[in-house]
Amino acid sequence: MSKFKKGKKGKELPPISTASLPDIVFMLLCFFMVVTKMRDADIKVRTKVPQITEMRKIENKSLNSFVFIGPPSSQYQELMGTAPRVQLNDAFAKPADIMAFATQRRTEIPAAQHNQMTVSLKVDAEVKMGLVTEVKTELRKANMRRVFYMANRRSGS
Amino acid sequence: MADKKIPEINAGSMADIAFLLLVFFLVTTTIQTDAGLYQMLPQWVDKSDEVEPKPKNKRNVLQIKITASDQLIVESGQESAQINFEVLNLKAKAIEFLTNNDKTPALSEKMTKAVIVLQNDNGTSYDMYLRVFNELNAAYNTIWEQASRDKHGVAYDALTEEQQEEIRMAFPKVLSEADATDFDKK
Repeated sequence: MSKFKKGKKGKELPPISTASLPDIVFMLLCFFMVVTKMRDADIKVRTKVPQITEMRKIENKSLNSFVFIGPPSSQYQELMGTAPRVQLNDAFAKPADIMAFATQRRTEIPAAQHNQMTVSLKVDAEVKMGLVTEVKTELRKANMRRVFYMANRRSGS
Repeated sequence: MADKKIPEINAGSMADIAFLLLVFFLVTTTIQTDAGLYQMLPQWVDKSDEVEPKPKNKRNVLQIKITASDQLIVESGQESAQINFEVLNLKAKAIEFLTNNDKTPALSEKMTKAVIVLQNDNGTSYDMYLRVFNELNAAYNTIWEQASRDKHGVAYDALTEEQQEEIRMAFPKVLSEADATDFDKK
């Protein structure tokens, strides 16, 4: 025991090897690459979705299209004002444009899957229902009747 | 010169490079938030050839109105309307109404006849609407869960699709939306 201690005494601590540090960081990097998704559409409206408890996942993402509704984000407010707007794909639109949007989506998806097509409504919590109802009516007219209200999970209760 | 050893490459900066990449991905990506609620919208019919629906017995209808100021007016069967109803109590109210099974004469006869009608105003906030919609879905989910546990002894999510379908047929979800009112125009 004493011999062992004597040997160690006076010697410097070996430097900690940092060679494995890159591996750890790359592991983190890979993790983030897997769990996250690149932003595909440039969202021009603010969409702070409501919080709810009964959650479902989107079933088939390739058959899903997005409709964003919310007040334009700050860099567009000078041009578009602050009243809530509808955004389809990458541009501001009117509810009446949904018909063309639906037709466009139908050409991209095989006919056999048309009845499974969904439209995800990502709507800001403060938007009034008038605009949402207008969009829903247009979706009914365009026969895109499966809608998905996007929301966040409410913590607690 | 030739027999000199190649000096070891310093890997210390490798971590920095990897961190840089990590930060880049953190900034450009978003964690996927693809959760929410499904709804099947009713088929569009032109006003002209709309058929007047057969009037329902009032006791089989749970009517929920959301006003422009986000207040709830709930009319459960033949009970008198309750104003300023709390959203938190809505789930219990809906379950009470749906699973009445002829116990109380004012509420629904049986679940296959019971209808929930949701009506909002154009001035209702989307937040309030979705919270109400969520509570009503929660009521149906609770009923299905209970039915699944009674019949199969397992959670609803653990059933096969046919079994789920069977439960949904026995306890059908009839949640219709009336045309929105417009407070501003009145």
